[in-house]
This record gives sequence, structure tokens and C-alpha cells, in this order.
Amino acid sequence: MDLLEFARGPALQFAAYILVAGVIWRLVGIIMLKEKPEFSEPRHPGGLMAALKVIYTRSFTAAPFKRATLYPKMLAYVLHIGLFVVVLLFVPHIVFFEGFLGFDWPGLPNNVIYFAGVAAVVAGIALLVRRLTHPVLRLISNFDDYFSWFITLLPLVTGLLMPVRMGVRYETLLAVHILSVAVLMIWLPFGKLGHTFLVFITRGTTGMVFERRGAKT
Amino acid sequence: MKTIPTLGEILQSQGVSRRGFMKYCAATASLLALPPAMVPRIARALEQARRPSVIWLSFQECTGCTESLTRSSSPTLEGLIFDSISLDYHHTLQAASGEAAEAARHAAMQENMGNYLVLVDGSIPMGNPGYSTIAGISNYDMLMETVEGAAAVVAIGSCAAFGGIPGADPNPTGAMSVSDLVKDKPVVNVPGCPPIPMVITAVLAQFLTFGQLPDLDIHGRPTAFFGQTIHDRCYRRPFYEQGKFAETFDDEGARKGWCLFKLGCKGPITYNACATVKWNAGTSFPIESGHPCLGCSEPGFWDKGGFYAPLSTGKFDSGEKLAGAAVAGVALGAAAAVAGRRRQAKYMKEG
Repeated sequence: MDLLEFARGPALQFAAYILVAGVIWRLVGIIMLKEKPEFSEPRHPGGLMAALKVIYTRSFTAAPFKRATLYPKMLAYVLHIGLFVVVLLFVPHIVFFEGFLGFDWPGLPNNVIYFAGVAAVVAGIALLVRRLTHPVLRLISNFDDYFSWFITLLPLVTGLLMPVRMGVRYETLLAVHILSVAVLMIWLPFGKLGHTFLVFITRGTTGMVFERRGAKT
Repeated sequence: MKTIPTLGEILQSQGVSRRGFMKYCAATASLLALPPAMVPRIARALEQARRPSVIWLSFQECTGCTESLTRSSSPTLEGLIFDSISLDYHHTLQAASGEAAEAARHAAMQENMGNYLVLVDGSIPMGNPGYSTIAGISNYDMLMETVEGAAAVVAIGSCAAFGGIPGADPNPTGAMSVSDLVKDKPVVNVPGCPPIPMVITAVLAQFLTFGQLPDLDIHGRPTAFFGQTIHDRCYRRPFYEQGKFAETFDDEGARKGWCLFKLGCKGPITYNACATVKWNAGTSFPIESGHPCLGCSEPGFWDKGGFYAPLSTGKFDSGEKLAGAAVAGVALGAAAAVAGRRRQAKYMKEG
């Protein structure tokens, strides 16, 4: 079994087990936690609408923080939109998903994918530079932040290298690319990349609690 | 004393023009990625070369490699060049049989000790010597005896180069490649199922011209022919970049000649010269005929998943194990939640 066969087979398989088990573990563990008792009168009923409102409003920079957070927020958008385009709209990736979902969707030309990928990598690097140069951010950053950054950008970079090659054989790059995705899948449920599946749950919960307590959301 | 004719004399006697001969030399130089200045040197060397003795051994094979070579000519110049080597032993093509055939092999070995070439097609069964024998001699014994006095060995086709179809899982005969067994002689792999005839003759031409074998890649293949992937040189590559793919063999994309990636094309990981040298006197190659590349010149191509499964498809087991992982996740999550609730209750009690 060569490296590519290992990556496409056992490595991806193992990573899929960990991803599925880890995501469900985290979700069930959080959802089944007991709600904290509220001792005050509710200002508002809270509920689903409050959750949806915060999910929406937290997607944008609040006016008082605009100056401080506009730059990283824009970079984060570029990174996330770039990732979305690359992961879900590159035809070979769609074919991969179709392999186990059973359906496909239209993809985009490779030039668009390359552009989105490069933009995402540049945004990711800019975010890292900010993290390293911002005194507060640097202080509160830990291994999880740096490794999550690394393992997010590694598949992007290895994927973007494939059409360029730079002397490395295609199948080797493809194997490294798939292996980097496998590591990402294993890490995703346990580190800060868990926001992939927790982002709307946590925002919604915050929205419901804040609304109940009368906070402006 | 009988004078052995040179290749130039033989080609002349067969009516090959000087112009045609030079065209072949230029094509060979181009294929081997040599500068144009090397063309006269190739021509001079080929003209003056004596017929090299070649012993062709066929083991666990289907004769497709020989078919490829013999049917390449109608007649082409490379076919004539091939005719002009001293093919002293070849099961399919030789007139002699039985003891006379084996005597011819031994005579060629003794007369050209240290200088002859051994071409092998087919893999060698190591599970049991009786799986494949010739004149009562096992393939392994014949190979090792023959290569002992050889200048070099050329493994023709994927079976000889990598084990091929006989070596496919579960490899019932314990098939091995030539390079698995021959360690003390230079071995050149010319894989393919079958290999491109021009590649075989070009390797021989380089050996005749320069007295040395070509540069090889990590799988022992001449880099001049196996240095780039089919995908890199495919005329359908622009469609891949544009995101235009044939979805089935008879849809609009297929009729318009779009990329065959979704139909399982292994071009991106297959190193061969099909897209440039092509087949049937440069007529076309499989992708041009509307069929995805099978990756037949790569090691273990038979066991690399379905021929029609796209390259980017993961190789997952059945969903049962994944469902098991999900159940394990639920159990772990529930256990974590119970532990969390206990901690919550404790904190609340303590105020």
C-alpha cells in the first residue's frame, strides 16, 4: 500500500470515525447539560426568535466595536468564504462528498477556486500576524489557537500546491493533502475548530439567555 | 567469416530512405528529451551499431505486450529497427521450439556474454515453481540463469515491471516483478498494459546509441517517457480547469469531449507518454477515444479501487462502522453530560 492508498483508505476512514464520534460526543455532552436556574423575573420570553436574532446580529460588527474589530472580522470573512468556496465548490471535492452523500451540486471553474484559496491563505496569514503582534491576543493565545490555525491552512496550502507541483510528484502532494485533511478531521471536534458545529448553538443559547435578562442583543 | 550487418545496412536493404531514417532519429531524440544536436550522433551510432542480441522471456503474461509491439508496424520504422535486433529467443515469435529453442537461448547467452539484453514480459510466480514453467524450467530459474550474463534487463509491461494483473490481490501465484528479484543488474521498467511500442524501441535505441540506459524515475521508468502525468499533457485538461466534466459516457459533456475525471480518469496520478506519443502510429490514446485513463503504467493499478470511481472518492468501509462511531459518540457524550450534571449539582449545593 503506497502513501496515497493509505491516505485515501485507512487514514481517511479512521479520521471519519473520530470526527463522527467526537462531534456527537461534544454535542450530546453540551445539550444534555442542566440549564442554570434563573432566579430573576424574565424581561422577555426569550425562545427561538431571540436565538435567531443573535445568530444574525453577531454575524456583523456591533457599532461600538467597529473600529477595533472591523479588520480581523473582514479577514475572518475572507478566510471563511474562501474555505467555503474551496471545500464545497471545487469539483473534485464535490465528487468526494457525492461518494458518501449520494448527490452532487454544481461546482466552479478552477481559477475561481484558486483565487478563493489564495485569498483565504493570505487572510489566514494576516490573522496570525495580528495574533502574534496584538499584545492582548498574544497573551491569551495557546496551543489550540496556533494548531487550529496550522491545521486549517495546511490542507489549503497543499491543495493549492497541486497545480504548481514545485518538483513534488502529484500523488505525493495529493496524499499529503488528504492526510492533512484527516488530521483536521481528527482535531476538529476537540479544539477551537469545534466552532464549525457549535457556532450557531452557542450564539443561539447566548441570545436566549441575554434576551431573558433584558440585555440588548 | 560471416560479417554481421550494421543496422544502417539492414535498414537500407529493407528500403528505408535516409530521410525516413533521420526522421526516426529526430523523433527518438525528441522523445528522449535530447537536444537536436544529438540527432546526427544517434543516426551515426544506430547506423554503425551491430545487431544486439536480445533474449525475450515471457512469464505470467497475456502476450499483449508482444501484440502491442508487433502490431505497431504496418510497417513503421521503429518496427523495422526492432526486427533488426537479433531477437534470439522469444516464445511467440521464434520458429524453433522445444530443445532447439532452449539451445538458441543458451547459444545467445554464451556468444554475447555480458553484452546481451534481456527483455521480460510477465510476472514471476514465487508461490510454487510449478505455476508457470517453460521447457520444464520454472520462470524464476530461467530468469536468474538468463540475466546472469546480461548487460541490462528491460521489464516490458506492468506485469514484469510491477507484478501487474497476476500480482493483483490476492496474488494467488505469489507473483513478483523483475526488479523484486534481479538486484545485481540494471533493470529498466517500461510499464503499461500494454506499454507504448515507441517507448520500448526508444529505450533500445538509447542503449545502442550511448551504450547506457536512460535516466529512471522512482519506479525505474525512463523519465523521458514517464516524467509527466497523462493529466499534465492531456488535451482535455482545459476542460478540467473550466470545471466541465462528462458525467456519463453518453451525455452532452462526453460528446463535447469534456474532462473524464468524474468517470474515473486516473490521468492525474499516471505517468506515461500516451497523451504525447499516442497509439496506433500516433492516431489517438484512450482518453481521446472517450475512455478514462486506467492508470495501467502505475504500480498496483489493478488494486487501486474501481476503474470508474473518481480519483477524489474516499475509500470508506460500509456505513456500519461509522454508525458504530456515532453510537460511541452518543455514549461518550451522555457520560460526559452525567459527569457535568453532577458537578453542576455539587456547585449549586455549595452555593
